[in-house]
Amino acid sequence: MAAKPVLYYFDGRGKMESVRWLLAAAGVEFEEVFLETREQYEKLLQSGVLMFQQVPMVEIDGMKLVQTRAILNYIAGKYNLYGKDLKERALIDMYVGGTDDLMGFLLSFPFLSAEDKVKQCAFVVQKATSRYFPAYEKVLKDHGQDFLVGNRLSWADIHLLEAILMLEEKKSDALSGFPLLQAFKKRISSIPTIKKFLAPGSKRKPISDDKYVETVRRVLRMYYDVKPN
Amino acid sequence: MSGKPVLHYANTRGRMESVRWLLAAAGVEFEEKFLEKKEDLQKLKSDGSLLFQQVPMVEIDGMKLVQTRAILNYIAGKYNLYGKDLKERALIDMYVEGMADLYDIIMNHDFKPANEKEKDLANIMDKATNRYLPVFEKVLKDHGHDFLVGNKLSKADVSLLENILWLEELKPDALAKFPLLQSFKARMSNMPNIKKFLQPGSAKKPLIQEKDIPNVMAIFH
Repeated sequence: MAAKPVLYYFDGRGKMESVRWLLAAAGVEFEEVFLETREQYEKLLQSGVLMFQQVPMVEIDGMKLVQTRAILNYIAGKYNLYGKDLKERALIDMYVGGTDDLMGFLLSFPFLSAEDKVKQCAFVVQKATSRYFPAYEKVLKDHGQDFLVGNRLSWADIHLLEAILMLEEKKSDALSGFPLLQAFKKRISSIPTIKKFLAPGSKRKPISDDKYVETVRRVLRMYYDVKPN
Repeated sequence: MSGKPVLHYANTRGRMESVRWLLAAAGVEFEEKFLEKKEDLQKLKSDGSLLFQQVPMVEIDGMKLVQTRAILNYIAGKYNLYGKDLKERALIDMYVEGMADLYDIIMNHDFKPANEKEKDLANIMDKATNRYLPVFEKVLKDHGHDFLVGNKLSKADVSLLENILWLEELKPDALAKFPLLQSFKARMSNMPNIKKFLQPGSAKKPLIQEKDIPNVMAIFH
């Protein structure tokens, strides 16, 4: 029997959330080990399982994968969410690159001062509505299909839904002006595995709070001030 | 129409240099259209050629690819530099992504103000010699092969060589503690396509000069 993947990270979104989304969408059950203390982290470091001394790390198929993109690429490839050929993969990589950049602007958000949070929020919403959402709206408009690539669910769709929901947490009407993305959001959210992930009791993590920030700072000894974009 | 890939970027290393390296290592000739002023970038944007209004952009096989990773992954896949299966691809991705983190700090070094340069260089060297280079020295030691993954050239090897050479431009003895990386460097540099790329007159870009920095910044900001 195949062992379930094991995710090593903090009990919060950060860089691991996209991995949780992708596994969940693929219908793959997984386990999690949450970093809570500095001692735990140092033990992991000493055991040599963190190739570049960093998390996320995912134990999967006998490998200890690090680097979020490597983890996501592997899962997408394994569960047929990476297109049917090189050209579809290129499109998926392009689209995921965009949503990765967009969600990347929100990674530091929990660590910002209240004043900087306001600034960063405005910055991210502006980027979403002027650069990223228009690009995806156009992709859907141009081919008229339900999914971004190859008329079939792929990692690009899952990643875009994740980004849309994160933006809506910051501005509830972020999708106004993007009718195709609104329909896309409804459609992808109702896919059974994704619907299950969006329901309470799943492994989806809530918005990171001060407790999360405290834990990360303590475990990583990351006490410097984080600046907005 | 030549059918060669066309690279759209400023005439500098930046985020396009990895693409130049990979195409060169694969023995693929390419053309470059250099952005020289802000208007050049503006034109590309208004043409609708840039999915997210950004370069790098590479015209290849009828696509206008943006996002450096997408471009590199496509080239690697097309020219068999991406391993033979999912697991080899995972190893290659891990190594390349680790190096991309290092590359980011190396790439930004030239743009640091003068009074921050020394501290920045110390940070780069610290990360290189304590976090990244030991990993690759160990990979080579553990399997004893010439290449990082699958006993065959891949984009991981090209990326490692690129980073090593840039590190050495910043500090000539960067590889002092890494004998296997030194022989890796010598071996890789001698491969015909790469040897050609390392010679004067190739598409390889030099370190950016102080005087050119304002021009490059002006294109993008």
